[in-house]
Amino acid sequence: MAELRASLREPWIRGNKEPIQVSDDICGILERRPTGLWWLAFLASSSVLAIGTAAVVYQISTGIGTWGLNRTVGWAFDITNFVFWIGIGHAGTLISAILFLFRQKWRTSVNRAAEAMTLFAVMCAGLFPLIHMGRPWLFFWIFPYPNYRGPLWVNFRSPLVWDFFAISTYFTISLVFWYVGLLPDLATIRERAKPGLRRAIMSFFSLGWDGSYRTWVRYEVVYLLLAGLATPLVVSVHTIVSWDFATSVIPGWHTTIFPPYFVAGAIFSGFAMVLTLMLIARKVMHLEDYFTHRHTDAMCKIIIVTGSIVGLAYLTEFFTAAYSGNPYEQFVFMNRALGPFAWAYWTMVTCNVISPQLFWFRKIRSNLVAVFLLSLVVNVGMWFERFVIIVTSLHRDYLPSSWADYSPTIIEVLTLLGTFGLFFTLFLLFCRFLPVIAIAEVKGVLSYGRTEHGERAAPPPLAPPLTRRPEPVGERI
Amino acid sequence: MSHRVFMSIHKREEDILGIARAARQEGLNIIDIYAPYAVHGLDKAAGFRPSRLPIVCFLLGLTGAGLKVWFEFWTTAVNWPIDVGGKPWNSWPAFVPVTFEVMVLFAGVGTVIALFIATRLWPGKRATIPFPGVTDDHFALVLEERDATFDPGKVRALCERYNAVHVEEREQEIVP
Repeated sequence: MAELRASLREPWIRGNKEPIQVSDDICGILERRPTGLWWLAFLASSSVLAIGTAAVVYQISTGIGTWGLNRTVGWAFDITNFVFWIGIGHAGTLISAILFLFRQKWRTSVNRAAEAMTLFAVMCAGLFPLIHMGRPWLFFWIFPYPNYRGPLWVNFRSPLVWDFFAISTYFTISLVFWYVGLLPDLATIRERAKPGLRRAIMSFFSLGWDGSYRTWVRYEVVYLLLAGLATPLVVSVHTIVSWDFATSVIPGWHTTIFPPYFVAGAIFSGFAMVLTLMLIARKVMHLEDYFTHRHTDAMCKIIIVTGSIVGLAYLTEFFTAAYSGNPYEQFVFMNRALGPFAWAYWTMVTCNVISPQLFWFRKIRSNLVAVFLLSLVVNVGMWFERFVIIVTSLHRDYLPSSWADYSPTIIEVLTLLGTFGLFFTLFLLFCRFLPVIAIAEVKGVLSYGRTEHGERAAPPPLAPPLTRRPEPVGERI
Repeated sequence: MSHRVFMSIHKREEDILGIARAARQEGLNIIDIYAPYAVHGLDKAAGFRPSRLPIVCFLLGLTGAGLKVWFEFWTTAVNWPIDVGGKPWNSWPAFVPVTFEVMVLFAGVGTVIALFIATRLWPGKRATIPFPGVTDDHFALVLEERDATFDPGKVRALCERYNAVHVEEREQEIVP
């Protein structure tokens, strides 16, 4: 049957697809052998992961003294990486939860991959505080459990304890949300798979999903509830991360602008990372029909908004310091922009405030190479933002006699590199074994099978309109 | 208990919406509909009751938050009070962040467990697929042949008005 299309706007999914084609396209990736490009990327990222693992083993067996920290700069590289990775994760939840509540249909093409990215980014982030503990095998001491030391409870007044609860809740809820979203797709893969290992695994994890609408009704409600819970959660997580700094009395950290500033920065960096990943996945796995120019366009616009909020926050911080009349506060900000770390500060401003403004031009938003390069620039800029906030606030403290410099050791650099290896290894494995696009959700935004739903300016319907009551068929049955 | 059921297969979401409405208007008993994706408004068209899971979610969140407030108060003010920077034993504003996180954790994880219980989904459960393709691109409407007044021929004609690609009658176990 000829399908009806809106002609005024390009549809979200290109190629006038029918539902079965979506299953074929997305499951086909998993059913074929991996491409040479995939193997190349996998070998590269797992090698980097191996190097990082070696660095972690070395620093745990030797001690935190392998880091470049000193008495003045007691927090630097690892907390920078922690905040950086947590921030990356936030875009995944934003896409899956907040855009769901706002009924943004374009999220269906990116939400699965973005949620996976959240999980992997939070894993990378969690490694840093774990390593920083020095004796990571005692990490469970941060959990308030009955123990033989009193029982000595954790200090619930400490933001570091809040952070532990925030990150672990965030990871758990993200995992549950992701898994619930996967259920119908796992069933689709199960039904397509030949008897064997894949079918057995999918049968186990798809929980006997059969597409019953009585299940769908409840499922939709639970999905909405999870989205409603995840939305304040994602805001709370980065707020609490910012409180790690804001509840201290260090000039440059002790500021009430931190929570909104951190949340905006997190979404900003996360969207850049989603763009980086999706543009690679689009090319490598031929998802051009599913991840179109309209998707990149929408994401670039979010980057302009959040990047401008971040820029405004930078200015506000300077204004507050100047207006406060507090010489220590003023010194920290002058030192940030003009001191020994001025190069890091201006890298941050260039990458985060100036370069995203290029997205105002449609020509740049529609050039995928430019979008990809700018997304990398934003990632670099947001890493530097955390580095600048942390190191420049510490390295010149109240006593000039204790002023110190900081530079990371090779071990710290390799650990950061290793987390990138972990992140990309996990992401590549995810692309091989799970549907990278939410099949059931994409089917719901196709123009197939409906005449007046979705895009406007639909031509007159061919099938009987839903509103008309069908004539009775003979006598009552 | 085994029942005789009538099943009609459709390919377009518009048709399944239409046949679900028509079947209800004709007073037919819809046992279930099988769908590859969620169709907006199909629950109302088929007359399925709205889920009560939001109440479960609310109560779980309340339980989680309540337990956490009590636990934080008990550990810091009753069981072993420790002076941290001269703050009061019961420093309740500092308890807010963790209380919020635990509320979300209880409500989120608990609601999903409640979903699995309510819909009888568990790891390794054997799926009973009524028609191949309901997880891909087919919709299946399953009607109960309740009594002698059920006329398969007329129902078949009704289904074909909504572009049924296949209809069949079969015996089926019905879980109440």
